[in-house]
Amino acid sequence: MDRLEPLDRRLIERFQHGMPLCAEPYRAMAEALGCSEQALLDSLRRLQERDALSRIGPVFEHSRAGASTLVALAVPAERLEQVAARISQYPEVNHNYRREHAYNLWFVLTGPDRASLDRLLAEIETDTSLAPLDLPMEHSYRIDLGFSLENLP
Amino acid sequence: MSACTSRYDGALIRRLMELTQAGLPLVDNPWAWIGEQLGLDEQAVLDLLRQLQNDGAIRRIAAVPNHYRLGYRHNGMTVWDVDDAELPRLGPLLGAQPFVSHCYRRPRRDGWRYNLFAMVHGRSAEEIEAYRAQIRELLGEACRADEMLVSSRILKKTGLRI
Repeated sequence: MDRLEPLDRRLIERFQHGMPLCAEPYRAMAEALGCSEQALLDSLRRLQERDALSRIGPVFEHSRAGASTLVALAVPAERLEQVAARISQYPEVNHNYRREHAYNLWFVLTGPDRASLDRLLAEIETDTSLAPLDLPMEHSYRIDLGFSLENLP
Repeated sequence: MSACTSRYDGALIRRLMELTQAGLPLVDNPWAWIGEQLGLDEQAVLDLLRQLQNDGAIRRIAAVPNHYRLGYRHNGMTVWDVDDAELPRLGPLLGAQPFVSHCYRRPRRDGWRYNLFAMVHGRSAEEIEAYRAQIRELLGEACRADEMLVSSRILKKTGLRI
C-alpha cells in the first residue's frame, strides 16, 4: 500500500492497544498526538477509507459471545473451490482460510451455544460428505493483537 | 436501566456489539451517541464498557489496524504437539512473544496430534519461518512434532457476527 501519512501512523501506533475512555475521546486523542480534533477525525476517515484501520471501538472476546470453534476440512483438490464457496455462505462462518495442508480449509464457526455448533457441524458433514475436525479453544494464552509498525513502507 | 444490572443483560450487550461492530461514529462524543441508542446516559455507557473490559468480555477498546493492508501479508498457523504437563509453563511463554497474535490450547483428535496453536504474522515467508524456529527453540524437548500451515488465500473474513 502507499505510505501512511505520519499522523496516521502515529495514531495507529499510539492507540492500537487502547483509546481514552473519556467524554470526548477524539479530542483527547488529538491532544495526545498534538493535532487538532479535526485533523484527528480526518486521519481516522483516511485510515478507514484506505482500509488500513478495520475500525475503532470495542473488540469483543469471541468466546464470550456464545460458542465458537475452529473447524478444518480435508477437501480433495478438485472440490476445493466449490466446498470453500459453500462454507463461506454460512452466516455462522466468520473466517475462512485456505491453508497448505491435507486439512486445507480452516474456518471459525460461531453460534449461541455448543448445541448449535454441533448441529452446524452435522449439517456441514452432510452437505460436503467430509468429516469436520472440531477444535474448540480450551485455553487462551494471548488475546492481544498489536504489531510494531517500524520499517513499514 | 442502571449500569450495575447490565452485567447479566445479554440483550443490552448484544445491542452494544451491533452498534459498535462497524466502528464508533466519528462524532464529538461517541459514548453519548451509543447511550442514546441504548437508553443510557454517557456515564453509564462508560461504566458498562469498563466493566465488560474488566470482566474480559471486551479485549480492548482501540483503533484496530488491518494488518494485511499494513504489509503483514504472511501468516502462519503454527501447531505443536506439546507434553500436556508442560502447557501451563509453555503456553504463556509462547503467548508473550511479540510476533504471536493468538495462542490457544485445543484438543487432540484422531489424526490430529497438535494441542498448542500459535498464530504468527510477518512481512515475508522468511520472517514467519524464523518465528517458527524461535518457537521451536522455546519449546525445546517438550515438543514432539510441529507444522506450520500458511494461508494461501483468505476466502472470507468478517468481524464478529452475532
